[in-house]
Amino acid sequence: MNDMTPVAKTTTIKDWETDQEVRWCPGCGDYAILKAVQRTLPEIGADPANTVFVSGIGCSSRFPYYMETYGFHTIHGRAPAIATGVKLANPALDVWLITGDGDGLSIGGNHMMHILRRNLDIQIMLFNNEIYGLTKGQYSPTSRIGTTSPSTPMGSVDRPASPCAFALGSGARFVARGFDVSKELPAVLKAGHAHPGAAFIEIFQNCIVYNKDVFNDFAAPKGAEDRQLWLRNGEPMLFAKNTKGIALDVEKLTLKVVDVVDGDWQAAGVIVHDVKNRSVAHMLVELPFGPFPMALGVIYDDPRPTFEAAVIEQNRKASEGRKPDLAALLAKGQTWTVTGTAQDPI
Amino acid sequence: MATILAESPEAPSRRAGGASPEAVVVRFAGDSGDGMQLTGGQFTLSTALAGNDLATFPDFPAEIRAPQGTLFGVSAFQINFGSTQIETAGDAPDVLVAMNPAALKTNVEALKPGGLIIADSGEFGERNLAKAKYAADPLKDGSLSRWQLLAFDISALTLESVKPFGLGNKEALRCKNMWTLGLALWMFDRDREPIIAWLNDKFRKNPVLAEANIAALNAGHAYGETAELTGPLKQYHLEPVPSSPGLYRTVTGAEAISLGLVAGAQLAQLPMFFGGYPITPASAILHHLVRLKEFGITTFQAEDEIAAICAAIGASYAGQLGVTSSSGPGIALKGEAMGLAIMTELPLVIVNSQRGGPSTGLPTKTEQSDLYQAIYGRNGDAPMPVIAARSPSDAFDCAIEACRIATQYMTPVMLLTDGYIANAAEPWQVPDPASFTPFPAKFLETRPDGDEELKPYARDEKLARPWIKPGTPGMMHRIGGIEKAPGTGHIDYSPGTHQAMTDLRKDKVDGIARDIPPQDVSLGEAGGRLVVVGWGSTFGPIHQAVRRARAKGLDVSQVHVRHVWPLPENLGSLLKSFDNVLVPEMNTGQFKTVLRDQFLVDAKPLNKTSGQPFTIAEIESAIEAALGGHAGGEVDADTTQLPSIKAVNP
Repeated sequence: MNDMTPVAKTTTIKDWETDQEVRWCPGCGDYAILKAVQRTLPEIGADPANTVFVSGIGCSSRFPYYMETYGFHTIHGRAPAIATGVKLANPALDVWLITGDGDGLSIGGNHMMHILRRNLDIQIMLFNNEIYGLTKGQYSPTSRIGTTSPSTPMGSVDRPASPCAFALGSGARFVARGFDVSKELPAVLKAGHAHPGAAFIEIFQNCIVYNKDVFNDFAAPKGAEDRQLWLRNGEPMLFAKNTKGIALDVEKLTLKVVDVVDGDWQAAGVIVHDVKNRSVAHMLVELPFGPFPMALGVIYDDPRPTFEAAVIEQNRKASEGRKPDLAALLAKGQTWTVTGTAQDPI
Repeated sequence: MATILAESPEAPSRRAGGASPEAVVVRFAGDSGDGMQLTGGQFTLSTALAGNDLATFPDFPAEIRAPQGTLFGVSAFQINFGSTQIETAGDAPDVLVAMNPAALKTNVEALKPGGLIIADSGEFGERNLAKAKYAADPLKDGSLSRWQLLAFDISALTLESVKPFGLGNKEALRCKNMWTLGLALWMFDRDREPIIAWLNDKFRKNPVLAEANIAALNAGHAYGETAELTGPLKQYHLEPVPSSPGLYRTVTGAEAISLGLVAGAQLAQLPMFFGGYPITPASAILHHLVRLKEFGITTFQAEDEIAAICAAIGASYAGQLGVTSSSGPGIALKGEAMGLAIMTELPLVIVNSQRGGPSTGLPTKTEQSDLYQAIYGRNGDAPMPVIAARSPSDAFDCAIEACRIATQYMTPVMLLTDGYIANAAEPWQVPDPASFTPFPAKFLETRPDGDEELKPYARDEKLARPWIKPGTPGMMHRIGGIEKAPGTGHIDYSPGTHQAMTDLRKDKVDGIARDIPPQDVSLGEAGGRLVVVGWGSTFGPIHQAVRRARAKGLDVSQVHVRHVWPLPENLGSLLKSFDNVLVPEMNTGQFKTVLRDQFLVDAKPLNKTSGQPFTIAEIESAIEAALGGHAGGEVDADTTQLPSIKAVNP
C-alpha cells in the first residue's frame, strides 16, 4: 500500500488495460489474475500514473505490458532488488511486484528473502503454477515430488518449497493465498494493498499447457466447499458448509480437523482466525493438503514499520542541520595553502 | 600530479656532502597488528603539510589478523616524497623501518644498496626469528652488510616512555608505532603538532591512551634528537615542492571517487542512489558516501552484488542517479544487470576497483585485467562507455565525467580504477565547484506536440532516449530487457527491429567519441620513433620513465588514454604517426589488443602480472629495448618490490 496516495482517482477497468495484445496461452490462469487486478485497482482508488508494476522473467512477468501503468520487465529473479531501488528513490509510488515460482523462489529466492525481511512497502504477487512455463515445462522449486517433466523424465525427487512458509520464515508481515479464478482474489489483493509493508500473496495459477489442473484437487468448483478453508479475521475457521472446522490439538501443538455439530463451533473447539497470530499462521501455511483443506485468504497481517520509512528517517536525521556545501566538502580535513607563482610544466 | 617539473634523471639519491636528497622513499613494515598503515597514513599527512609532493603505496595482507610474527602477516606502507613532482610510490626504498624479523625478511631485499634499516631489536627474539624462518639473528650475523643498520630496542624504549600511564604490557606496546613515527618525524624535520591533534581526537573518549601515544611519539622524536648516535641516523630537510598556488589536501582514490560522484550528482542536479555490497578494495566508496546523506545520497547495502546494481537501476528508473561499485568478481555478477541498463537505456555509474583475478584472485593486490570485462564482458552486443582514472586525484574528474556521460546519453558507464589508486594517497589541489560546468538532467513530462502516441524510445540529437519518471501523469509506459520497437518501445523482436535497435545502441555509444576531448600527448610530441601508450594507474611510472628517457635524448613520447571506450576519434591517426607503439599494462595485453583491433596498429605489449605496479626502471629499460628493436615482452615479478614474493616463499 502507499501511505502517500493523494486523492483517490476515479478510474474504470478500461483505464488499466493497455493496447498490447495479450500473449499468454489461451486458457492460462494469468488472464483471470490480470482481470482481477484490473478490477481491483479502480476499487482502491489507485492512480495509474502513480502505479508501477515490476516483474522478473517468466510467463507471469509479462504482466506489466498489459497494465496501463508504469511497468518494468526486468531480469530473471531480480525484480525485488529493482523494486527496492524504485521505492527507495520515490516512496510515493505504489509498487507491485509480479513473479512466479521459478523467478521468485528459485533464481530470485535470495532477493525474495531480503525484500520480505526488510519489509519494503510493496505488493508481491507470486504466481505459483508449480512448473517452468516459458522454458517449456521443466519442474520448478514448488513442483510436487514425482513431477515428470522434460528435465525429470523419471519424476522429480527434490522436496518442494512452500511459498507462504518461506515468506513467513523470511519475516513477512503479510501472507495471503488465493487462486487465479477465485472470486475472492480481488479481496485478497485489496487486503495486501491496504497492508503497510511487504505483502506476500501466493496465487495458485493453472498452467494449462505444462501442468494442467494441478490445483483441481482444491480449486475445482465441484467439492470446493470441502477442500477450501477461507480465512476471515475474527471468524471461526469453518469449511464444508460449516460442518467442519479447525481446532488446536493441545497435546501435539498442531492443528486438527474437527466435526461441527448443529453449528456449535465453539463446542467443537474451532478457533477464531486472528490475522495477528504468527504462531497459528505458521501452522496454517504448513497444513498438509489432503488431511486438511487448503488454507486460503489472508493468513497473516500484522504491520511493522517499513524499510523505506526507516531509510528516509535516517537520511533526514543524518542531514539535520547540515548544509550540502560541496566546496566545504571538497576542502574537508587537513589542508595547506601554496602561495607564489606556478611554474610552467615542461 | 598533473603538472610535471624538471627532475634529475637519476634515481633520487643523497646529494654530495651529506646534504638532503630531493626525494626519499621510506617503507614502514611490521606485523598486521603493529599499526603500520596508520603510521604511514600519519606520516603522509605530515609530509603533505610540510609541502612535499608524495605518493604512497599501502600493501597489506588479505588476512584480517594473520598469526603474529609470520611472513604472511606483514603489512607495509611505502611513501615516496620529495621536493620534486612525485608520481609513483618509488621503485626502491631508501629507508626501511622493520618492526620485526618477518617484516625485515619480506622487505629488506627491496632496499637500495646502502639504504638504511631501522629495526626494533626488541622483537628479534628466538621465537620471532623462527617464525620468520631465520636460522640466525640477521641483526648480528653480518648478513645485512650491504645496508646501513640501526637496531635498537624500540619495544623497551616505548614501554619506558609510556610507563607513567599505567597501561598493560599489550596496550603499552601498541604505542610502538607512534614511537617509530616520532623518530621518522624527527628524521625528516616534520612538525608533530598535527599528529598530536589527530591523536587527541582519535582517543578523545580515552584521554589516557591519547596521552600515552603522544608520549611515545615525543619519546621517539627526542630519541632522534638526543641519542648520540654516530653513523647513518641523520636529519634531512626536504624543501617544499613548487606547485600551483591554491588550497591542497591529501586524497585517496576511494575518497576522490566518492567526492567526484557527489559532485557529479550535484552537477546533474539529481539525488544519488548508491547500491553496494562489501568487497575489497571497493568497500571504501560505500563507507565514504554513507556519511554524506545531506547531499541527497541514499546508500543501500544490498544482499549481493546483483541486488546492488539492480537497486541502482531501479532508482535510476525512478529518477535518481543510480551508482554501484565493486571489484572484478562482483562486476562479473553484475554483468546481466548491466545488459538490462543498456537495453532499457537508463543512466548508471558502475565503479570497478580492479584487483588481481580471475575468481577471487588477489583481493588486496592491484591489476588492470578487467579491461576486456569492462568493454566486452556482457552477453549480446552491449556497448558501454568506459573511463579509466590514472591517479587518486584524477579519479575525481573521471567520476564527474562518468556521471555526465551516463545522464546525458542515458547509458550505464563504467569507471575503472584499481587497488593501487583506491588505497594510494596523493596531494590534491582542491577544485572550486564554481569552475565545473553543470549538466542538469532533463525529464520528459509531456508528450511532444504532434506525437500520436508516447515514444519512450524516441531519440535526441545525441541518440539518447527521454528519461520519463514514474509518477508523471499521462506518460505511463513499459520498459524491459526484451527487444523493443524503435520509438514506442513496444515488445518487438522481428529481424528488422533487432538490427535497427542494435545499431542505435551502438551508434549512441560510438557517438560519445565526438563529445570527449581529442587525445593529447601527455609528454613529447605527435610523431616519432616510439610512443608509450597507457591507461589507468600506469600513468605515473610511464610518465617518469618517458621523461627520463627523453632527458637522455631518446625519441619517445607518452600518450595516456582516459576514455578507453569509445576511444577518442583522433587516437588512431595519432598512434600511426609513430614508428613504434608500446603498451605497458598490468595484464597480458588487453588494451594492446583493443588498439590493434580498432586501428590496425602494430602495438606491442609490455605486461606485468605480479600484483605489483610497474617500476619506473622497468618501463625505462623497455623503452630502451624498443628503440633498439626489441619491443614488448613480460616483466618478471620483481622481488624487490612490494610484496616480495620470493622472500615470503624462498
